[in-house]
Amino acid sequence: MRSTMLWMPHAEYVALREHGEAAYPHESCGVLLGSTRGGDRVVRRAVPCRNVHAASPDTRYQLDPLEIVRLEREARAVGEELVGFYHSHPDHPARWSATDLAEAHWVGCSYVITRIARGRAEETSAFLLEGRDEDDKRFADEDLRVLDAAEEAAELEAISP
Amino acid sequence: MTVHVPAPLRPFTGQQAVLELPARTVGEALTELVSRHPELRRQLYGEDGRLRSFVNLYLNDQDIRSLQKEATPVREGDALSIVPAVAGGLKE
Repeated sequence: MRSTMLWMPHAEYVALREHGEAAYPHESCGVLLGSTRGGDRVVRRAVPCRNVHAASPDTRYQLDPLEIVRLEREARAVGEELVGFYHSHPDHPARWSATDLAEAHWVGCSYVITRIARGRAEETSAFLLEGRDEDDKRFADEDLRVLDAAEEAAELEAISP
Repeated sequence: MTVHVPAPLRPFTGQQAVLELPARTVGEALTELVSRHPELRRQLYGEDGRLRSFVNLYLNDQDIRSLQKEATPVREGDALSIVPAVAGGLKE
């Protein structure tokens, strides 16, 4: 079975990586808004959020649920939906950790992780939280496709009503 | 009142993202919700019958934990959002 795909405009890809650099040595985090197509997800916007993990923001991240409520409301108003999240791993690989899996509850959404090494963004990886539900969840590698300007224009054309 | 169902729970509501439910309190809305969609019960509640710790409930823009929890009264036009927690981190 092929990996699912996560399509992302180049500008949003750059922005979420820069957010990781700016937040270093803390973990950055944010929400991915867009749409789903078949089993794939198409990001329109990567929205930076506050990391509200007070005790250990250098090794943990946590989003304020109120930010999610407000972003979902905004997304609904323009026909988008929440399709995933991103966060950074300062000086650690762009792979999900046991904590990432234990604390991921949005089955069907993408989780994007960027390795920030000494303040510079290195690899960025995407994982789909798949499974039937919370008690059956696991991360699967996802194919992150960054769209260049021409592809983005074609993509927008394809989805416009 | 309106209940917003997050993407991971929509398989248990027949893919409905928004439901209109009659309720006087948050608790009544939840009871009505799981009565219409019984498979949601074990997604929202633990074996002890309490809401799972990662399930946040927001009445409009307020966490019901900061209100009267499930006894919080609701009015026509209120929106209840079910918001699973988003967290993690590199530390094992």
